Parts: sequence; structure tokens; C-alpha cells
Amino acid sequence: MLNPYMPYPVSIDEIITETEDRNLKTFKFVFLNPGDEDKFSYRAGQFAELSVTGKGEIPIGIASSPTEKGFVKFTVNKVGLVSSYLHSMKVGDIMGIRGPLGNSYPWNTLEGKNVVIIGGGFAFTTLRSSIIFMLDPANRKKFKDINVIYGARTPGMLLYRDELAAWEKRDDINMHITVDAANDPDWKYNVGFVPAITEKKAPSADADTYAIICGPPVMIKFTQPVLDKLGYGHDQIIMSLENRMKCGIGMCGRCNIGKEFVCKDGPVFTLAQLNATPREY
Amino acid sequence: MKVIKIDKKDWTGGIKKIQDSYRLFGPVKGEKFHDFKELGKGELPDLNFSNTRLSPKSIVYPQSEIMFEYSLDEKDSDHHIMKDAAKNYSPRAVLGIRPCDASAFLLVKRNFDTPEYRDPYWIRAYEATTFIGAACNNPCSTCFCTTAGSGPFNEEGLDILLSDAGDCWYAKAITEKGEKLLNAAGWSKAAAGGSLKKIESLKKEAEARISSSILTDQLKNKKTTELYEAPFWEDVSFACINCGTCTYLCPTCWCFDIQDENSGCSGVRMKNWDSCMFPLFTNHGTGHNPRGTKLHRVRQRFMHKLKYYVDKYDNGIQCVGCGRCIRSCPVNIDIRRVCDMMNSYDPKACACPVK
Repeated sequence: MLNPYMPYPVSIDEIITETEDRNLKTFKFVFLNPGDEDKFSYRAGQFAELSVTGKGEIPIGIASSPTEKGFVKFTVNKVGLVSSYLHSMKVGDIMGIRGPLGNSYPWNTLEGKNVVIIGGGFAFTTLRSSIIFMLDPANRKKFKDINVIYGARTPGMLLYRDELAAWEKRDDINMHITVDAANDPDWKYNVGFVPAITEKKAPSADADTYAIICGPPVMIKFTQPVLDKLGYGHDQIIMSLENRMKCGIGMCGRCNIGKEFVCKDGPVFTLAQLNATPREY
Repeated sequence: MKVIKIDKKDWTGGIKKIQDSYRLFGPVKGEKFHDFKELGKGELPDLNFSNTRLSPKSIVYPQSEIMFEYSLDEKDSDHHIMKDAAKNYSPRAVLGIRPCDASAFLLVKRNFDTPEYRDPYWIRAYEATTFIGAACNNPCSTCFCTTAGSGPFNEEGLDILLSDAGDCWYAKAITEKGEKLLNAAGWSKAAAGGSLKKIESLKKEAEARISSSILTDQLKNKKTTELYEAPFWEDVSFACINCGTCTYLCPTCWCFDIQDENSGCSGVRMKNWDSCMFPLFTNHGTGHNPRGTKLHRVRQRFMHKLKYYVDKYDNGIQCVGCGRCIRSCPVNIDIRRVCDMMNSYDPKACACPVK
């Protein structure tokens, strides 16, 4: 019997400090046992339990794309016991990864559609995975227009800044980067909250357009009315949730919203699905 | 269906023989209450009880269970890598489990044995166990098993059902596992022709003694969001102190936590029982808590047992009617009353007219 609680052993290959407050770091892991990378076959939007031996596990969205081979990447905010300890670890240290877990974004539905990605703050990790996946030469033709609205408090709080700049230069993706406020006179992108930029830049709704929203609760709260105004149906608004988790496989009982487990039945739900369930997230 | 007659004089000898090939668990009286424990060689279960204070779930699902071991010493070649802890899944038997508690394992199995994932600890322990039930001739006033999908002589989840016929036990072998245990005990005397009839009449008498009941027929038809918003949760949760006694005693509560515990340069990763009654159960790292008030937590317990489970598995409620949570609740919260409120809830009847 496969043991779903057993993590794959990995070592830390690279650590990148992403933001100016140094609270977000991206960890690149390589699998210690040959063959484990193939077993860890994932889709954009899934997550994994990062297992820091002696401290515990944390559920974190996978920031690398299935099209990137040889490693997996996670961007971790420093918050509690496990993530704080992880932030003190060094390249070469050994730990574990358990997964992939959860359902992923609905790639079968999204094929042949316009995709609008709306992200805020550090909830951009699985969205990065999705963008890299869609922009892969083998995949790009499967999607129509791709629009990305991504905001952070300041320019220094944006994740993956080099990649954002590279995507800005491409003509097969429309980037709308924004910050709440900029003190940098050279800032050449948008200034304003994500809901306001969404109202200005997001394409209006049609049957072939889907929005993926990922961000802090306050951003979601004010962006949803904007999408309603633009005419997006609640089946076309896709959201990724977070809840406290332990097992990640729908057994330990804490992350449920109604009868759905965020870990196993989610973390990705349509707004229509969420409307039918208690909002315990 | 094979029925064996066990003369009471053969009881002790048979139990000793069972212990030659099984780890045996049974009810034992402590200072005030009966509880299940592993019996020492020659120790007898005490079947002179109504039911144990704690459910027997820990026989399959220990309150604290080590999954993995690890070394934190970088001098060890496999430091920081999880290794399976040693486990004992040799045959075990639980003698004297009540039918309600045995059927509870079947409800819990739906959580731990799923098409996508299988919990190897729960499943292997469950598969190693032979369940020898003791039918209830004298149910308590808080028992409502007959309307909760079980009953005092219910056979689901049991391998053998023992019925006390006064001067002897009738042992009905329900599964092959059960027959194997009867053979191991040396209990092989076939009961006389009328035994099934006798068991049936004992069953009828016991069922007639169950004085309380619940209605669950409307739960499935209710809208989750409407039940969730019902005003009665304020009243139901008012006295609750979130002590967690109900979930601790419950044979069908399965929630757990995972923790690492270190000692020097080594440690273990464990599964521990947890409870939806505790705020930390759902508290986010940011401090945000989606079930931040006791109303949220009390509602979660009842909605899980009586609505979410019903909708998820389409196989009844997540309760077998043992009544432990009613007997031990320090503030007298009664699942029978809450179930009736949920089953009969009509949001339209509660709405005040708008002037």
C-alpha cells in the first residue's frame, strides 16, 4: 500500500529572496532519488506539503511549471514555525516534499479560451506556474488571448520581477502590472489597486473568457463586483483557496468548506461552486 | 449462518486459547467506568457493562501514533529523511464491542479508505482486527441506535455476534474471520435448532427497550447554505465551552493533527487525535480563523455529522446513536435535539414578515 504521508526526500538547490521586505523566498528543490521527479507529476494550480524534518509540514502552491524539468520551485512567505525555519535553511539542506496535492486549474475547460489572470501580493505562485505553462511553445496555441493583472503594494514587493519584465516585452501575453503606490520615479507601469486596474484593463466577458483570481481576501472581495459588472458568469470565475491543512488528502478534517475539502476537492473552485457552500475560508 | 453455543464454563478456557494467536482487547472496569484495554495473559473481559465511557476507536486508531522516525544528526547518512516506524499488525481481536461501536468503524472507513488515497495505518490495523460483538440486552436511556442506522443486535461491522442467553452465550459467526476465531477458541458446539429464534426474540426485546429516537429523513433535502445560516445555532452553541469531550468520546469522530516531536538529535512524526471544537484546529498562520467562534465550531460538528457526511457519501448520518456525547457533555448539549432541529428546519417559517 502506498503511504500518502511519506514525503519524497529533496535537497535545496537554490534560494532566491524575492521581495524587499525579505519575507518571501523562492526555494528550488531537486529530488534525491531518481524516479521521484516522475512520480511527482503535477499540473499548474496544484500544491504540495513541504516537510521540514523535525518541524512539520506546510501546504504551499507549486510555483514551477510542469514544463520546467529537473526541479520544483515554491515561493514561501515567512509566517509560522515551519516557514520561519525554512527561511533559515541553506542550499544543500535535506528535507521532503509530499504531493502533488489538490485538483489544479481546470486546464481542459480553459483550452481554446481567453484567460484572464488576476493576482495580488504573494498569491502569484501558482499563477506563475500557469503563465509559464501556457507560454510554453507546445501549449501557447491551445489558448486564445492571455491577460495578466498583477498587483503588489510596491514595486519591490512584486514576485518574479525579471520574468514579469520579460513577459511585458512579448506580444502573445498582455501584462497589466500595478502597484498600490510607487516612490520610484522610473516606475513605468500602472499605479492603483487591482480591482480598479481590472475594471480598466480586463476584457469584457463572453462565453469564451475565463478569469482566474488569486489574492488576499480584500482583493477578492473588491474584484468580484468588478467582474460581475463586466458580465463574467460565476462559472467563469475561478478561484484558488487556502485553509489550514495537515494531511492534504481529505482525511484530517480541518480544511473543509461544507462537504468539500479545500485540499482534495480544491484548492481550485469556481465562484458558482463557492456560492453553494459555507464561506469558511 | 452458523450459531455456536458457548457454555459459560467454557468461557475462560476459550479466551485463554484466543490469546495464543491474537492480541485480545476487551472492556475492563476502572475506578468508576468500563473502558477497552489490551488484556494481559489470562485476564478476562468484564462484560457486565452497558457501554464503555470512551469508544473503542483507539484499538484501530490510537490517540497518538508514530508514523515515521528520523535523525537530525548530520553525521548519519540518512539524516532528515523520514523512515517508517516499526508496526505490529499481527492479528488482534476485540471482545465485547457493542454493535453500535462496531458499525462506527464502517462509517470511519469511508474517510480513511478512499478511491484516491488510503491511510495505511488505519486500514492495516482495521484489517488485522476481528470484532466480537456483545449484543445489548439492556440499552441506556440515551441510546438511539435503532434510528441512527445501527441497533442493539446490529451485525454490520461485526465478525461474531454474542448474545447472552442466560446460562450460555450464543455466538453467531458472521464472517470467515469470525469462524476462524471461534475455531481458535475451541468453541465449536453447534447450538440447538431454536437458537436463531431465541436470538431474534432477544433482539426484539432489546429494540423495544430503546426509548429515544431521531428523524433524519429530511436532512438530505435541506439546502446546506440554509441550514448553515439557521438561527438555532446561536441557541445550540450558547452553553458550549468547546471542551472537546464529545469528539474525544465519539466512535465516529476521526479528525487528526500531524506533529513532529524531537528528542535530542532524533524524532518522530506522529498522527494525534484532534478536535473541531478547538480554535487552533483551523487557525491560519496569519491569525485569520475561518471557524473563529464557538458557534462556527459547534455548527461544524453537527453539520459534518448530519449534513456534509450525508451529502458526501449518501449512506446515512455520521453517528451510530451510542449516546456518549449526550451522557458526558458538561452543558447538556443533545445531538438528538439538534438533529431534530436540522431535520425539521424550514427557513421560510423562521423569516419575520417585512413591513
